[in-house]
Amino acid sequence: MTSPRTLLLRTLGLVLGLAVLVVVINVFAQGSFLTPGNLTNVLRQITYNAILAVGQTFVIITAGIDLSVGSLIELTGVVMATFANAMPFGGVGLIVATLLVGLAVGCSAGLINALPVVKLNLPPFITTLAMMLMARGLAFKLAHGRPIPINSNAFDGIGTGFLFEGLLKPLGLPGIPIAVLWMAVIVVVFAIVLTRTRFGRYVFAIGGNEEAARLAGINVGLVKTMVYVISGGCAAVAGLLYMARFSSGSPNTGIGSELQSIAAVVVGGTSLMGGRGGIVGTFFGALLIGLLNNVMNLLNIESYTQEIALGAVILIAVIVDELRKRYLTL
Amino acid sequence: MKILAGATRADEGRIELDGNAVSIDGPRAAEALGIGMIYQEFNLVPDLGVVENIVLGHEPRRGLWLDRREASRRAAAVLHDLGIALPLELPARRLSVAQQQMVEIAKALARKARLLVMDEPTAALTEREIDALFGLIAKLKAQGVALIYISHRLEELPRISDRVTVIRDGRTIETRPTAQMPQADLVRLMVGRSLAAQFPELPAVPADAPSALRVRGLTSERVRRGLDLEVRAGEIVGLAGLVGAGRTEIVRAIAGADAPTAGSIEVAGKPVVVRGPHSAIEAGIALITEDRKAQGLVLGMSVRENTTLAHLDAYARAGFVDRRAEAAIAAREIEELRIRTPGSEQSVRNLSGGNQQKVVLAKWLIGAAKVYLFDEPTRGIDVGAKAEIYALMLELLARGAGIVMVSSELPEVLGMSHRVFVVREGAIRAEFTRAEATPDAVIAVATGAGAGAAA
Repeated sequence: MTSPRTLLLRTLGLVLGLAVLVVVINVFAQGSFLTPGNLTNVLRQITYNAILAVGQTFVIITAGIDLSVGSLIELTGVVMATFANAMPFGGVGLIVATLLVGLAVGCSAGLINALPVVKLNLPPFITTLAMMLMARGLAFKLAHGRPIPINSNAFDGIGTGFLFEGLLKPLGLPGIPIAVLWMAVIVVVFAIVLTRTRFGRYVFAIGGNEEAARLAGINVGLVKTMVYVISGGCAAVAGLLYMARFSSGSPNTGIGSELQSIAAVVVGGTSLMGGRGGIVGTFFGALLIGLLNNVMNLLNIESYTQEIALGAVILIAVIVDELRKRYLTL
Repeated sequence: MKILAGATRADEGRIELDGNAVSIDGPRAAEALGIGMIYQEFNLVPDLGVVENIVLGHEPRRGLWLDRREASRRAAAVLHDLGIALPLELPARRLSVAQQQMVEIAKALARKARLLVMDEPTAALTEREIDALFGLIAKLKAQGVALIYISHRLEELPRISDRVTVIRDGRTIETRPTAQMPQADLVRLMVGRSLAAQFPELPAVPADAPSALRVRGLTSERVRRGLDLEVRAGEIVGLAGLVGAGRTEIVRAIAGADAPTAGSIEVAGKPVVVRGPHSAIEAGIALITEDRKAQGLVLGMSVRENTTLAHLDAYARAGFVDRRAEAAIAAREIEELRIRTPGSEQSVRNLSGGNQQKVVLAKWLIGAAKVYLFDEPTRGIDVGAKAEIYALMLELLARGAGIVMVSSELPEVLGMSHRVFVVREGAIRAEFTRAEATPDAVIAVATGAGAGAAA
């Protein structure tokens, strides 16, 4: 695990880089970028990816990978929409019940991802790839290939609502989107779990040296299972937010999301080799990617070019990280 | 050594080869100059055969295709010159450590090395394999190959070297012809201070000392024959034997690293059930593994985090790690074990071998176990650190712990054990008291040469 100081330096570096980028871009975008409305929008757009990437961070620090999270957004969304439509009640009760159903589906999928990895030592790339296919297929089957519209309006607040509107209006802000608050809570809670708890320490130890962790008496199987369950749970939360945003559970919203989340994790400084990284970095990774997408949209860059640029940014980020690791932290 | 190999670049100074100044700016350059390296950790590709490994990077080709016949011919020629026979078609991972080393040497010579640098080549070899290696070295010398031989094993030096250079803390201390360098001088130069004796005096085990560990009929997947072993509080039992005799497997079974399949274990007179490492630790059994990098440490973690890793329950409240308590215990261990590190937040990757080993020890010392199983506790560390580790073992005895020590260094087993058990083919074949344990007697049983008293 990196020491708090290097972690701080790394985070500061990212923030500084972002700040410079922001100013330059604002000039190019003729001031349409640095507006409270646009920035709030960016935050709302990255909620799904940031939440997925939080779970993904845990998995990747154990030197694993979770390719199923994109499909799990879809599967949990479809299941939650179907469930919500079948319930006779609404309000907060419906939100809680629906979320619990989604979490049950997402966490179970995570459990299924983990068992072959833990019990048979199969590569997580394969088990989660299989889950990715199965979950997507199942989502399509359950939804008969079409989005399932939600009848209740209980989720509108999560999807499109703002908090502190009156308070922030004088500052020119539209308020804080409720979905962004969900993301903030998840990022903060799991950042604490990863850095402050025994479980978090074990996650790093397993990624750093699994055999040493085992011989130190750590229940490696349990910890590994937990990280995939957390990842599945994060996918379910992202699924709920997606469903609320679009008022439907849709079987094809998550295509490519798993790779976006991995990109956020890697750009955020977490090593795919395991043992090194953090949630705060991941959040900034997701933010950087979100800003980049937003900027390119504002500058009217066509979507193909956007993909090229995104790929290049990911490559540069990991190269810079590797060079920094090699020459600066000895 | 890394500079010679081209792995690290020299900042200043000059290197002369055959009287000519040369610059070595990469591994290829070192190779072109005829410098061959035999590292402690081998660089063989485990799944390639002997021939493929020997010609690796210099495969003879016919057009686009590999010329396998020519490769075999070259490999066979080198091995023939060396006078060694190896199963050419076996993948490297199925060779013994000694055989792998032979392949490394052959590889270097196939690249026309005129200077061979060997780092602790005998660390993992048995006595007989060492004799074979020394024969080989003599032959290479006769063929005009120069050798730099790096070793912690002082008794080897008179056998093979012409001159000895003592290097300590990255500086050259002294160079002398070997004949004018008695072992006592060597030790004094290496430590920087005189060691009265290489091993401290072992305090006698009190006659009424209680049992620390009692093992009956223990088996695991890798220990087939039921194992019986008893260690009393304040006693060190040495496990001697050849590499591969099954000593590591025995301690691993006791510590639950390989799950036991049958048998019973008692710690301090109480029966315990060992299912895995966790239950062994709970029962008061600590295993200090042989390979600290692969099994003992999380290299990317700090000294503090490695120290508490096996006992994090004691340094956590409601699941949250108490970093202040961790830092305090780490600081205490750094002080007590004299771990040379800038601080408890230092990543253990950056520590020297001896200091890394001390971190591994710290990890197990803070748990106050009843039984400590040391597997090759002093491999690859310098004389000063060795003495400190021996002193620490005595301290553990004074605390009432029992120790089982596996070591391939015969003087160490004989010098640091109250009783010596000799292991051959996965089972204990003989037991010697300290007085009875002579090198000849132990080696006879270990190699199966003598009809040692069966345990």
